[in-house]
Amino acid sequence: MAGKVIVLTSGKGGVGKTTSAAAIAAGLALRGHRTVVIDFDVGLRNLDLIMGCERRVVFDFINVINGDAKLNQALIKDKRNDNLFIFPTSQTRDKDALKRDGVERVLEELKEGFDYIVCDSPAGIEHGAITALYFADSAIIVTNPEVSSVRDSDRIIGILASKSRRAEFNLEPVAVHLLLSRYSPERVRKGEMLAVEDVNEILSIPLLGVIPESESVLKASNTGTPVVFDEESPAGRAYHDAVARFLGEQRELRFLQPERRSFFRALFGRA
Amino acid sequence: MRLLNLIFPERRSSAVIARERLKIVLAHERASREAPDFLPVMQKELLDVIGRYVEIRSDMIRVNLGRSGDTSLLEINVELDGATVKQVKNGAVGDAKSATATRIDRGSAAPWVRPS
Repeated sequence: MAGKVIVLTSGKGGVGKTTSAAAIAAGLALRGHRTVVIDFDVGLRNLDLIMGCERRVVFDFINVINGDAKLNQALIKDKRNDNLFIFPTSQTRDKDALKRDGVERVLEELKEGFDYIVCDSPAGIEHGAITALYFADSAIIVTNPEVSSVRDSDRIIGILASKSRRAEFNLEPVAVHLLLSRYSPERVRKGEMLAVEDVNEILSIPLLGVIPESESVLKASNTGTPVVFDEESPAGRAYHDAVARFLGEQRELRFLQPERRSFFRALFGRA
Repeated sequence: MRLLNLIFPERRSSAVIARERLKIVLAHERASREAPDFLPVMQKELLDVIGRYVEIRSDMIRVNLGRSGDTSLLEINVELDGATVKQVKNGAVGDAKSATATRIDRGSAAPWVRPS
């Protein structure tokens, strides 16, 4: 087995990288692919909370890099899906603990046992973020329909094209995909938010999916459940679509129109 | 509502403004990101050469490396509006003090400047 390395990155913080990494990894696992999701945000561990396994962390990424623990001691098996594993990061304040050769060794070992290795990048363009994207085969650029997020995404796309391992060794370039999150069709209709077409035209990379702004995302993080496990949630279903597209399926974009108000609310509700 | 919009046209929506601002700033940032290292040096040398014939300030020259499809394009823009031409004899550089300076007219835009 030779697993594929997928990085979720954005440049800007707070756009939904960890939420998306958890959802995409769980979505891949639900489709039968052996998947591990790694937290690269050394010092600001959060993936464990989003995945709901924060009380099961014993060893972490840095322990394995330093040889203090074996990989199978650090990997946490998800309780909801047998194909899904979580690899938490360390809370150390030493950001440089993420050594590139150590990361490479761990990733190579993971590739033997997994179909997909999903890397949750920290924000910014410092050491941690560069290490997270360096070994990527594919990148999912998580972007909000907002000027600073789009600009930072463009910057990260440039870095992937010039500083990744694939760029340095003149290999086939990292396959980049756009995941537009926190999208509000209602605000787009009113002209208050960049439309998916605008962002797609500006960044000009293939669109993997549009995740609507949804209350279920906060609910999911409150309970430590990746949002794809919520069958009712529009965001969860949009992530399922994105995973299907990532695997090569053709799927129409959904949730791009404002929700229709019911006849009753149309009669009595305010505009 | 649509009819009202026709009668009282709205201001440009903030999303449209966001799109236009992003397009401009990213075009600029992408150009400088992809620029080869020799560009600033070349710009200075061009400035020296042109400066022998025309009095020109450093902000009057812009050098860009652009791309359109498969073609790479080296774009050199020199703004001569209002610049002073130095007198040149037989290819030798004239003395700036004794030169009978000619002002370049503020005319229409230079033919190589494409309207954006």
